[in-house]
Amino acid sequence: MALTGLFLITFLVEHLYTNLLIFAGDGGLAFNEASHSMVHSIFIRVVEIVLFAAIILHVFQALSLTRENAKARPVKYAVSGVNQTSDWFSRNMGLTGSLILFFIVVHLNNYFVPYRITGTVGDGQEYSIAQCVVLALRHPGYAGLYLVSVIVLGFHLNHGFQSAFQSIGFNNKTYMPLLKLAGTGLAILFTVGFGAFPVLIFLFKFCQDILPLN
Amino acid sequence: MNLTLKVWRQKNASDKGAFVTYNAKNVSEDMSFLEMLDVLNEELVEKGDQPIAFDHDCREGICGMCSMYINGRAHGPQNGTTTCQLHMRKFKDGETITIEPWRAAAFPVIKDLVVDRSSFDRIIAAGGFISVNTGNAQDANSLPIAKKDADDAFAAAACIGCGACVASCKNSSAMLFVSAKVSQLALLPQGRPEAATRVLNMVKQMDEEGFGNCTNTGSCEAECPKEISLENIARMNREFLFASLAGA
Ligand code: HEM
Ligand code: SF4
Ligand code: FES
Repeated sequence: MALTGLFLITFLVEHLYTNLLIFAGDGGLAFNEASHSMVHSIFIRVVEIVLFAAIILHVFQALSLTRENAKARPVKYAVSGVNQTSDWFSRNMGLTGSLILFFIVVHLNNYFVPYRITGTVGDGQEYSIAQCVVLALRHPGYAGLYLVSVIVLGFHLNHGFQSAFQSIGFNNKTYMPLLKLAGTGLAILFTVGFGAFPVLIFLFKFCQDILPLN
Repeated sequence: MNLTLKVWRQKNASDKGAFVTYNAKNVSEDMSFLEMLDVLNEELVEKGDQPIAFDHDCREGICGMCSMYINGRAHGPQNGTTTCQLHMRKFKDGETITIEPWRAAAFPVIKDLVVDRSSFDRIIAAGGFISVNTGNAQDANSLPIAKKDADDAFAAAACIGCGACVASCKNSSAMLFVSAKVSQLALLPQGRPEAATRVLNMVKQMDEEGFGNCTNTGSCEAECPKEISLENIARMNREFLFASLAGA
């Protein structure tokens, strides 16, 4: 759980960086090239397999964790003050994780499938991958889902980051408060960073250099 | 002060159980929570009713028996306190107080508010000890121990096995209890020779008893009457990881 979670975080850092290339103002050139070179890199192809495995493992562990934990208290309390002793983020990892999973499926279906599997987007097709991204984010439904999902991702990581360190046995009085702060910082960074795509492209009509609005 | 009590009553382990409402009148705010129940029980006995069964022993916060979930909190609203050390002045006149037993698959209800915590005993039996030869005690100064280790071991050893950590955890996880027991021995040289097998065996027993898994919500630490730190759980995770890798 902790190791897969931390690995997914390192992926998100890289993902955010390449995504930001879409705002380079060069008609999507840098973004398309980065996507192109990633497809043709053996290293990235291997990492990609590890990434899919990590997501599946993370989800599988999350499911068995949640199922076992539900079994551990067959009779619930009539009055529960659990919200006074722990925070919302920590108690709702299953919920926020499930929403992220739903988004990952939609997200892969939007980009990964047409670009990498059916080949209806990209080299020699009507739309480049950058144009495909902009097009999808101009759709209010998708832009909305994207924004909500990255906020939920922030919630997941606000607890998840420091929790992963606790799980692998790294906790001491000096570093733990810093790790908690770092986790919240990371959550905000990802939410603001990824949130910029739907907000700027949908609301503020960015990326006209890639695909002019008619 | 006058209070309305909603108390969980359950005849035996197989009974379904239900809440019964009682009025506690003229409660002194200097009473402990258990004394308040004692007075109520005397009234019940006088009326020919069954008194409310609840665990208690030392009544000074060291035995860990007085398990009770009071208004949604293990041992009531005051942090770092057992039920026997909780005073009625922490409640308001006219308040309704809901009292439930610990709820966990591994702590089945025996009667009313009394639960069976022998799962904790079986975890201890699985490894919460050190093997030493009998005979004279060693000279205390023959084994130098770093001050910080001694302090941390002492803090972990303060665990009274009350089960509030399990009761308050949304997952009914026993990690704080087990990690306190693992830590108090792992931190000291006497505990090191058996450290790897100890952590593996105790964790195995914990899982077999049907406790849930830790998701680091921190409720246990917040509710523990002895304020056992989450650092112990991290230490146990570390010990467990190394012991598993070493294939002990
Ligand atoms: C990019 C996606 C994701 C990232 C970066 C991520 C990250 C993390 C991290 C760092 C942890 C903490 C690990 C620990 O405490 O040991 C965690 C825990 C968890 N994740 Fe994820 N996760 C992601 C997706 C998901 C998905 C898709 C699911 C759902 C089905 C999910 C469900 C969970 C659950 C249930 C936990 C553990 C609960 C807990 O510790 O309270 N996560 N995740
Ligand atoms: S860790 Fe704290 S709450 Fe848990 S059994 Fe020990 S004293 Fe009780
Ligand atoms: S009765 Fe012993 S701790 Fe409360």
